[in-house]
Amino acid sequence: MLRRTLLAALAVAVPALAVQPAAAQQGVKIGLITTQSGPNAGLGRDMVDGFNLAIRHAGGRLGGAPTELIVGDDQFRPDAGKAMAERMVQRDRVDIVTGVIFSNIMLALSDTVLKDRRGVFLVSGNAGPSELAGKDCHPNFFAASWQNDNTHEAMGQHMTNAGIKRAYIMAPNYPAGRDALAGFKRFFKGEIAGEVYTQLGQTDYAAELAALRAARPDATYIFYPGGMGVAYIRQYSQLGLMPQVPLFAPSFTADQTILPGVGDAALGMFASTYWSESLGNPANQKFVADFEAAYNRIPSPYAAQSYDAAMLIDSALKATGGSIANKDAFRNALRAANFQSTRGPFKFNTNHFPIQNYYLTQIGKDEKGRLVNQMRGIIFSGHADAYASQCKMR
Amino acid sequence: MATLLFLEQTLNGLQLGVTLFLMAAGLTLVFGIMNMVNLAHGSLYMVGAFLTATFSQWTGSFALAVPLAVAGTFVVGLAVETVALRTLYARDHLDQVLATFGLILFFNELVKIVWGPVAIFIDVPAFLSGRVELIPGAPYPVYRLVVLAVGLAVALGLWWLIAKTRIGMLIRAGASNREMIGALGVDIKRLYTLVFALGAALAALAGAMAGPIYVVEIGMGDSMLIKTFVVIVIGGIGSIRGAFVAAIIVGVVDTFGRIVPAQLGLPTAIAEMAIYILMAAVLFWKPAGLFAARA
Amino acid sequence: MKLDRRTWFVILLLMALAALPLVATLAGQEFQIAQFRRILIFAIAAVSLDLILGYGGMVCFGHAAFFGVGAYVVAILNWHAGREVPLIGTWMGTNNVLVTWTAAVLVSGGAAFLIGLVSLRTTGIYFIMITLAFAQMIYFFFVSLRAYGGDDGLRFDGDTVAFGLIDTQDDAAFYYLVLAVLCGVLYAGRRMVNSRFGMVVQACRENERRMKALGFPTARYKLAAFAIAGATAGLAGALFAAHESYISPSIMHWTRSGDLIVMVVLGGMGTLFGPVVGALAFLFLEKTLPDYTEHWMVVFGPILLLLVLFARRGIFGWFLPKEERDGGSH
Repeated sequence: MLRRTLLAALAVAVPALAVQPAAAQQGVKIGLITTQSGPNAGLGRDMVDGFNLAIRHAGGRLGGAPTELIVGDDQFRPDAGKAMAERMVQRDRVDIVTGVIFSNIMLALSDTVLKDRRGVFLVSGNAGPSELAGKDCHPNFFAASWQNDNTHEAMGQHMTNAGIKRAYIMAPNYPAGRDALAGFKRFFKGEIAGEVYTQLGQTDYAAELAALRAARPDATYIFYPGGMGVAYIRQYSQLGLMPQVPLFAPSFTADQTILPGVGDAALGMFASTYWSESLGNPANQKFVADFEAAYNRIPSPYAAQSYDAAMLIDSALKATGGSIANKDAFRNALRAANFQSTRGPFKFNTNHFPIQNYYLTQIGKDEKGRLVNQMRGIIFSGHADAYASQCKMR
Repeated sequence: MATLLFLEQTLNGLQLGVTLFLMAAGLTLVFGIMNMVNLAHGSLYMVGAFLTATFSQWTGSFALAVPLAVAGTFVVGLAVETVALRTLYARDHLDQVLATFGLILFFNELVKIVWGPVAIFIDVPAFLSGRVELIPGAPYPVYRLVVLAVGLAVALGLWWLIAKTRIGMLIRAGASNREMIGALGVDIKRLYTLVFALGAALAALAGAMAGPIYVVEIGMGDSMLIKTFVVIVIGGIGSIRGAFVAAIIVGVVDTFGRIVPAQLGLPTAIAEMAIYILMAAVLFWKPAGLFAARA
Repeated sequence: MKLDRRTWFVILLLMALAALPLVATLAGQEFQIAQFRRILIFAIAAVSLDLILGYGGMVCFGHAAFFGVGAYVVAILNWHAGREVPLIGTWMGTNNVLVTWTAAVLVSGGAAFLIGLVSLRTTGIYFIMITLAFAQMIYFFFVSLRAYGGDDGLRFDGDTVAFGLIDTQDDAAFYYLVLAVLCGVLYAGRRMVNSRFGMVVQACRENERRMKALGFPTARYKLAAFAIAGATAGLAGALFAAHESYISPSIMHWTRSGDLIVMVVLGGMGTLFGPVVGALAFLFLEKTLPDYTEHWMVVFGPILLLLVLFARRGIFGWFLPKEERDGGSH
C-alpha cells in the first residue's frame, strides 16, 4: 500500500520532469508562440502557415541552417504565453521566439525571452506595443510587423487629405482601441462628430449606430478587430449607412480573417494598411500565389508578416553563414533587413521597428468573385513610428 | 429628433430583449424543472448558428435552413441530455457547473474542428434585406423587425404551450413541485428529455436569427450565456413570464445604458456594468427574482 | 502514531515538492522550478476556494476576481514605486513586500466582504450567478482602467528582496517561499475548519435553518468565511503578480473562476489538500495535452464530464480512509 501511495504521489508531482532529449547540436531553433484556441485561433493559423511557407521557400533551411520550428499555443492568455516562453527558452533552448499576436501577451513574455542569459532574440510577427517601441526597446527585440499606432495614423492622414470635415470614430474600450483613436486624431485635422468606446467583445451595435446616424457625420472611422468587426460592418450596412456615410478602418478590420464572415456588406469600405493581398511587388505576388496554392485561401496580413519575419531571419542567417552563435553579428544582420519584404520597401528604425509604406485599399471583388483589398494608392512613404525618439538603444 | 431617436433605441432594446428571451426561455425551464445549471446552453446557441450557415449553403435558402438547424440542434439536445446530462439532475449545482463547463470546452473545439477557426458567414435572405421607415428619417432593417416578430410569436406560442396543453401542465407542475409529478405516475424521464431538447431548439433559433446580424464564430454563445443568466436570475428561475419581462428589461437597459452615459459625459464603464448592477439590485431586494416560480 | 494513507500521501507529495528544485537542477531542468511555482500559486487560490466551496457549500463562480484584485494591488503599488508617480497625495507606492502583500490581502478581503454582503442574501443558483456577475463587473472595470494598462495589462519591476532575506529573482528561493505560504495556508485552513468557527460554517452547509434555530448568526459566519477565502485568494494573487512581474485582466476572466472550481473538484473538495493535487493535475494536463493535439480541448472537456460522473471524490478522494470516502461531504 505504501508503495502504491508513493508511486501515486510521484506520478502527480514528477512527470513534467521527464528528461527531454538534448537540444539539437547545430542549426537554428525557432519557437513560434501564437493563439491557437478561442475565437482568435484563425489569426494563429495564418501565423503558423505563413512562417512554414517561408521555411519551405528557403528549402527547409533558413539561411542554409537546419531549421527546427516549435509551435506553442498561448491560449489567448498572457500568463499561458509567458509559461510557454519559459518552456521554449529554458527547456527547448530556442534561439529565436516569434509569432506573438497580441500586445498583452507580448508584454507578459518579453522579459522572459529578452532577459535570458543566452541572448535569445524576439522577432514579433504582429504585436508592436508602444512600450517596446519607446522606453523599453531592446537590442534583441525586432518588430517585423508595425507599431500599433501606424495604420490609424495613416487613415487619419488620408481622411484629412480627402477633405472630410466631420468624422465619427469608434473602438472597443481597451488600450488598443484608445490608442487607435488617439493615433487617428494625431493626423486627422477635421472635426470629431463623436468618439465612442464600446464594450470589448460586444457584437450588437444597434444602439450606437442609431446615435451615429443621428449625429450626421461625413464619414466613420472604426477599429474593431475579429468578430466585433464582422458584426459592426454587417450592421452598418444593414442600416443602409454604407453609401451615405463612407466607412474607413485599419486593415485589422478589413482583412481576410474578417471579410469571409462579413460578406458583400463590406463592399466599398476603405482600409489603411502596410500590406495587401493585391500589392504588386514580385515578392508578394509569389507569396500570395504560393500561399493560396498551399492552403487554399487568400492570406491575411498575419500570414504575410509571419512570412516576412521568417524571411528576415533567413536573410540574417545567410549573412552570418547560417550561425546564430555570434549574437552581435546576427543582430547587425537583422538590423540590415536585407530581404525582399512582401510589403515593398522595408527597413528598420533605430528602435528596431519598421520604416515602411502605408497604403489605402478599398474592398472589392477579384476575378473569382472573392472579397479582396484593392489598392487605391500610397498614404505614407517610409513612415516611422512616434516612439522611436524615446528609445535609448544600448 | 430626440424623441425619434428614443423610439428607435426602444425598438433596438426590444429586439435585443426578444433574442435574449429565446435563449432564456429554454434555460429557465431546464433550471426550473430539472433544477439543473446548464452552462452549455450558449454552446447550443452556437451550434444552431453554425448549422444554419451550413444548411443555407446546402439549400441556398435561409428560410429553409433555420428550421433545419433548429431540428438539428433539437437532436443534438436529445443526444447531450441522454448521454451526459441525465445523470446530473440529482447532483448538486456544483457538479452541474463543472460538467457543463467541460461541455463548453468540448463544443467550442468541436466547432473549430468542423468549421475551422475563422468566423463564417450567413446572409440575410434577399426578401428581408431591405429597410422600412417606421420612424421618419431612420430606416430600420426589416430583418431586425422579423427577429422581433419571431421572438414575440415564440413567446406567445410558449405561453399557449404552457398554459393550454397537457405537456404545459406537466411543465408547470414540474417547475413548482418536482416530486409531485413523479408521484402522479408521469414518465418524468421523457418529460425531462423533451424539455431539454425544446430548450436546445429555442437556443438554436436564437443563434440562427442572430447569425446574420452578429457574428458566427467560436465562443459566440459564451458572452450571450452570461447575459441570459442575468435575465433568468432577474426574472426568477423557472418562470417563463419572468424570463420574458426580464429579457425585455435587460434588453432595454443594456441598449440605453450604452448611449445615455456617454451623452451625459459619464464614464463608459458604467455601460458595461449596467445590467450587472441591475441584477445585483434586484437580488438585493428580491433574492429569488421578480417572478419566483416556486412557492 | 499510525499514519493513514492520506497522511502518507500528503507527506510524500510535500516532500516531492520540497525536493523539486534540487531534482530539477540535477536533471538540468531548472525552468521547471518556475513552472511549478506557478502551479503552487494556483494551488493556494484553489485551497482558498475550497474553504467556502467544499466546507461552506458556497459555489462561488467569481473567485478569480479576488485573485486578480490581490495581484493588481501589488502590481499598482510596485508600478508607482518604479515610475515614481504619486499614488495618494505624495506617496509613491512601495515595493516593500510586507506592505504590498498585506495590502493585497486586505483589499481583496474587503472586496470579498462587500460582495459577500450582497451575494450571501441569496443561495443556490442565485448565489452562483450573482458572484459571477460581480466578478464580471470587476473584470470590465480593470479592462477599461486605462491608467494601469487596461486590457494590455501592467508591467512592473517587482521587488527583489522579500522580508529582507529572500531573493525573489532567485527561482528556487522564491519557490520555497511560495511552498512555505502554501503550507501555512494549509495549516491555517486545517485549524480553521476544525475550530468552532469552521464547524458552524460546515453545519450551515448541511442545514442552515437548524443552525439559525439554534441561535447562530449564520449569515455572519458565512460572510466571515467568504471574506477569509477572498483574502487568501488575494494573497495567492500577490504571489502571482510577483511571479509574473506582469498582470492583466485576463486572469479575472470568468473561465478562470471555472478553472479554479475544476481544480478544487478534480483534486477532491472539502479536503483542503485535494485542491493542491487538483491544481497539479489540472495544470499538468493543460500543459501536456497540447503536445499531442492542437485540439486538446476536445479531450479535456469530456475528461471533466467523466470526472463529475464517475469520480466525484476527486483524485485525493481515493486516498481517504474508507469511512470518510463513503459518507463524504456532499
